[in-house]
Amino acid sequence: MKRASRRPLWIAGLLATALVVTLILALAGTPAISPARLLDPAFAGSADGRIFWQLRLPRVLLGFLAGAALAIGGMVFQAVFRNPLATPFTLGVSTGASFGAAVAVKLGLVAGLLGFSSVSLFAFLGAALTVGIIYLLATVKQEFSTEVMLLAGVALSFLFSSAILLVQYLSDFTGSYQMVRWLMGDLNAVGFQRPLQLAAVLLPGALVVRWLCLDLNLILVGDDFARSRGVDVRRVRLVLFGVVSLLTGVVVSFCGPIGFIGMMVPHILRLLIGAEHRWLFWGSLLGGGIFLACCDWVARGLIFPAEVPVGIITALLGGPFFLWLLIRGRSSRYFM
Amino acid sequence: MTGALLDVMGLGYAPEGKRVLADVSFDVGEGEFVSVLGPNGAGKSTLLKHLNRLLPVREGAVRLQGRSVADYAFRTLARLQSYVPQAKGYIPPYRVAEFLLMNRFPYLQALGAPGPRDRAVVEDALAQVAMTEFRDRFLDTLSGGERQKVFIAAAVVQETDVILLDEPTTFLDPLHAQEIYQLLGRLHAPGGKTIVMVTHDVNAALALSSRLLCLKAGRAVFFGPPADFLAGRILDRLYDTPFRRYECPDDPAGPPAYLPGRSAP
Repeated sequence: MKRASRRPLWIAGLLATALVVTLILALAGTPAISPARLLDPAFAGSADGRIFWQLRLPRVLLGFLAGAALAIGGMVFQAVFRNPLATPFTLGVSTGASFGAAVAVKLGLVAGLLGFSSVSLFAFLGAALTVGIIYLLATVKQEFSTEVMLLAGVALSFLFSSAILLVQYLSDFTGSYQMVRWLMGDLNAVGFQRPLQLAAVLLPGALVVRWLCLDLNLILVGDDFARSRGVDVRRVRLVLFGVVSLLTGVVVSFCGPIGFIGMMVPHILRLLIGAEHRWLFWGSLLGGGIFLACCDWVARGLIFPAEVPVGIITALLGGPFFLWLLIRGRSSRYFM
Repeated sequence: MTGALLDVMGLGYAPEGKRVLADVSFDVGEGEFVSVLGPNGAGKSTLLKHLNRLLPVREGAVRLQGRSVADYAFRTLARLQSYVPQAKGYIPPYRVAEFLLMNRFPYLQALGAPGPRDRAVVEDALAQVAMTEFRDRFLDTLSGGERQKVFIAAAVVQETDVILLDEPTTFLDPLHAQEIYQLLGRLHAPGGKTIVMVTHDVNAALALSSRLLCLKAGRAVFFGPPADFLAGRILDRLYDTPFRRYECPDDPAGPPAYLPGRSAP
């Protein structure tokens, strides 16, 4: 097990990278902050200190948590559908969540629940609705191929995109602009409230996924195969679909539909550390976090002082990656 | 055959009104080797899926150790019965040993890691199928025969009394098929596994099985030992074709082979 024994090293390396990257990204930028000043007791009260503690660090953390959640959602869908192209984003779940959020914006809802805004709740409902449709399609017709699932996802994406356009059309100019800007993805955060809220959803969600990693290992082989090994496939799938709706819905409502992370990150890590989900889980969680935090840093600095929406950066990377996966095609071991 | 290990009574299956199985009854005693024969579409694989609860039993009953399979928890059932599915196109992106370890699932805790005992079972299974030197290879770099041996090892890793196999030699050349049959023979050796195998290979079934179950259009047309099967000329009726018996001229004492003939005998 030469390769397998390197997995703990990979995970340790990713963990170290995550910590270092979080710190560097929060220090770098304009103005750049020297790491030595973090030890200065007067730093927290200074202008740079407020930039660091109130703006940059929360933003980096939000990016990290959102990236981690998206990567885990992607890993789960890729395993359940046995196809690296099948992720919440490509199957239309993000678009469904966006539709829910757009409806909430349009209706001007202000009520919230458990500290989550109505936009968050509607985004979750949109995500859950889409996942529900996918679940029904996958269960009712058991022989549904992943190719058909992907096409159904494309259809759902179109459907919800049109619905979002309709909501935008019915909105006034300001509301419409807000929606467009929000649809490009955004990781703005002031203070730690949003990162903490996201963490409150991510942690239990991720724990459930980690709990089911042994099940996922076998589901990737095949549903009947997993069932004959003792996996309650129907129940596991139901639970996982619920978790993915929750993760995707919350991330989309906080940050907009940031695409392709759920596809790229788990796939690259599968190439690096293998498809054993007990390891792939930690790889995706850390890798997704690092990746989105870095993308956001690029977005902030690309044409300073303007900020490019982070969703544009991930899509610019993800679109070609998607094509690359298609071209590599079935000859590849990892094209499931 | 006192106290059948596996007992099937009046099993039927008709999804969306289309009859696939009708009133199938048979039993498998401990240590038996039962082969299921029949033309394509006779319901053999569907029958196997019912035995392992991959399809719900709606008509009739399937009992394992006297208890309906539906009453077992999935994990418990997976410690009693393992299943080698038909080779399909999709090959999971795992290495051989890592994949085998995953099949310890019914014995593992959700957040626990496989222990030394689990690894020992995997090594033992690899040795049984003579694939130890392939342990770090990816499944998709193996030949069809090698991969089939790994999938049989995956069933062995489950440490079950019963192994169900769905056409284990489909797509294999005669030499590799022979190797798989020898492997099954070793697994079945006295005190070994109880085996139920769906197959199209009539001659292998005759050589290996203690009893044969013949399905035609979803119905059991024969269930009994190979001698009765041959005496009753079941083969001709099963495939609606006269079969001929061939003996090896160099080895008249060896087992004869049965092949479909051109004209009625």
